[in-house]
Formats: sequence, C-alpha cells, structure tokens
Amino acid sequence: MRAGGRRRWLARVGKGLLAAGLLGAGGYAATQPVERVIRISTRKFEFTPSEITLTKNEPVILEFTATDDLMGFKSAGLGVRMDIVPGKVTRLRLVPDRVGKFMFYCDVFCGDGHEEMDGTITVVETGA
Amino acid sequence: MARTIDRRDFLKLAGFGGAVFASGLSGCASLGGMGSEQEDFFFVQLSDTHWGFSGPPNPDARGTLQKAVAAVNSLEQQPDFIVFTGDLTHTTDNPAERRKRLGEFRDIVGELRVKHVRFMPGEHDASLDKGQAYREFFGAPTYAFDHKGVHFIAIDNVSDPGASIGEEQLRWLADDLGKQARDARIVVFTHRPLFDLMPDWDWATRDGAKAIELLMPYRNVTVFYGHIHQEHHQMTGHIPHHAAKSLIFPLPAPGSQPKRAPLAWNPAEPYKGLGFRRVKAETGEARFPMTEFPVIKA
Repeated sequence: MRAGGRRRWLARVGKGLLAAGLLGAGGYAATQPVERVIRISTRKFEFTPSEITLTKNEPVILEFTATDDLMGFKSAGLGVRMDIVPGKVTRLRLVPDRVGKFMFYCDVFCGDGHEEMDGTITVVETGA
Repeated sequence: MARTIDRRDFLKLAGFGGAVFASGLSGCASLGGMGSEQEDFFFVQLSDTHWGFSGPPNPDARGTLQKAVAAVNSLEQQPDFIVFTGDLTHTTDNPAERRKRLGEFRDIVGELRVKHVRFMPGEHDASLDKGQAYREFFGAPTYAFDHKGVHFIAIDNVSDPGASIGEEQLRWLADDLGKQARDARIVVFTHRPLFDLMPDWDWATRDGAKAIELLMPYRNVTVFYGHIHQEHHQMTGHIPHHAAKSLIFPLPAPGSQPKRAPLAWNPAEPYKGLGFRRVKAETGEARFPMTEFPVIKA
C-alpha cells in the first residue's frame, strides 16, 4: 500500500473505531483527528464550558472529564446522554442536524445544586 | 403517548367542579369483581417537604411542615392513611446531617393523628447513598399493600441517582401486577413522573416507559407522584398521573420559563402554591376524586 493510501486507510479506521467508542485517548491522538474536539469538564455543580456553539452538520467530539463525582450529560433536544465517570475520558460524537438552542443538564443526582447543573448548546447554520 | 390536560379540561372530563378532582377518566364506569371488603375511604397525599431546606423561596422552612401536619390533623374527616411521596428531606452531602434531617422529619410527622403513614423517598433523600439512610428510618422504598379493595404499589425511581427503576424492581412490579385482575383498582405511588413530562428539567424517569407498559393492560390504574412541586394532571393512554404540590416551595409550570428555579415567596400571599391533597376512593368506582388543601386557610 502506498504511503498516502495507508494514511487515508488509517484515518478511516480510526474514525470508525472512534464512532464505535472503541478507541482510547492514545489511539485517538495517533490517528490525527479530523473532527473538532470540545473538551468539557464537570464538577459539582457545573459544566465548563456551559455554553457551546456548534455548526449544523459539522461532526464534533464532545470529550468529557469529571473532576469529582459521577455525573451525567443529557440533552433531550439533541437526543443524547452519557455517564461521565471520574478518572476516565468519555467521548460523544455529535452531528447536529438542526439549528437551535438545546439545553443540556446533569441527569445523575449529585447533591444540593444538581438542579442548577446545566448548559446550552447553540447550533448555528453552516457559514453563519 | 402522553397528553397534557389542563385543569379546566380535567374537571370537564371528570364531571367535577370546584376544587374536587377525579382520576381514572376511562374507568368512570362501575367496576366488576368487587370483593366484600370494599369500602369508601380517604387517603391524604403530602409531598416534597424538603425538611432541612433553607433559603428565600421559603422564609418559614422550619415551620411549614408543622403547619401542614396541623392542617391534616384539623381535617374534619380523618383519612385512613397518609402517604408522603418523596423528598421528605432536602439533600445534604453529609451522611450524619442526612440522618439528623430524616429523624427530625420522622418526629414532626409523628404528630399526625393518623398513625397509618406510608413513606417514599425522593432523590434528595436517597440518591446520594442509594437509599441507605432512608431505609434505616423508613424501610424498603418499594412495596405494595391492599386497602379496602384498592391495590397500592410504591415504585422507587430515586435510589438510583440516574433516576432508573431498574430491571429488578420492574420484575417485582410485573410479578405483583400478575396477581391482580385486569379490572382491579390499582394506585401507584412514585416520586418522579413515570412519563417524560419535561426531560430538560429532569422531570422524567429513565426507564419509566417500561413501568407504564407493565401497567397498561390494567384498566383502572392511577398514579400519584411528587417531584415537580405543583399540581399537574396528565394522561398516558388511559392512565392518569397526578402530581402533588410541595410543602416547601412551588416550581414553575413545565416549560413556562427557561429554568426550573423555585417561584419566589410572596409576603402578601405566604405559602401560596403549597399544599396537600385528600383523595377519595369510592366503592366500585375507578376514579379518585381529589380535594386540594392549602397549608394555611385563607
């Protein structure tokens, strides 16, 4: 296999593994990510950042880390949810297919202040 | 599919006026298969007392529960039993403080004249320790009992911090329901709504649809729950779901504002939006007429 062909093949395999949630942090770095990664950290009782802007139809990887306790990430509007486990990087591939504001929140009860642990994903039109 | 019915529609459909409501819209006809043990009776539902809360939404947080107990004790006709549908205490990270609040709550409600009192946890009581402290004070959070011809089932959707009922409890529910006739009068108590009332506000149960699916074959099921700190009535198919007011602070109507922040205390109308309800079980009727009571008489 020629060098260019091999690189393209590796990128395709890497994307497939990533979409299937099979690739760890080291493997992901080795495949040269082609999708934007947005790192989100959680702690009682906040997501950082809590305001995220995405572009319609642009695939992104939301990369979560929990600094203290088990948390959840749920956006009913976008139809996604994940557990965010301390000491582990949790990735969620997202391709927003419509414009709008979508609330997300912690759906694992984490204490006094849990009810305020939320944020917003704003999806804008391509080229906006 | 769930559908919302407003208060006026509900009254119209149920054929009641004033502050009295009825549940079991599809089962308004008299029931068959009645046992001789059936009798009319009342029970009272209190919810979301959040003992231990402090903050501007309720300047009388240390006194509202006692006022509610006094109000229930002053009812002319005392209920057969009383049920608290969760969030007995306000959450705390401190296990010792959690137990202190549970103990104080138990002491205060020990002043109720009616001694048949049923409890359920809310996420504030149980989600941080998977219900351990709650169980020490009030026992198992999942149970069933029969009373004068009505089968009552308490479903725990809060001891899992992720708001799931869980497969084990669902199997228990299926087994319990399997012993009931399809036209049995069944009342379910739970804390969170079993249906997706407002998922963006965490007003849902992750696997609540599975519980509803198990309940659907039964023609006369009614669900009473708490969590959302307001009176609310909604149908999923033929099953009515009735949310109760809180006894600490009211929350906004689903989706009426961006966030589910407590409604502000109004000194001109203290305790507004707080209260409890009396539920009547009438012999041979699937419906459960409800009467709402304030904490303090106007």
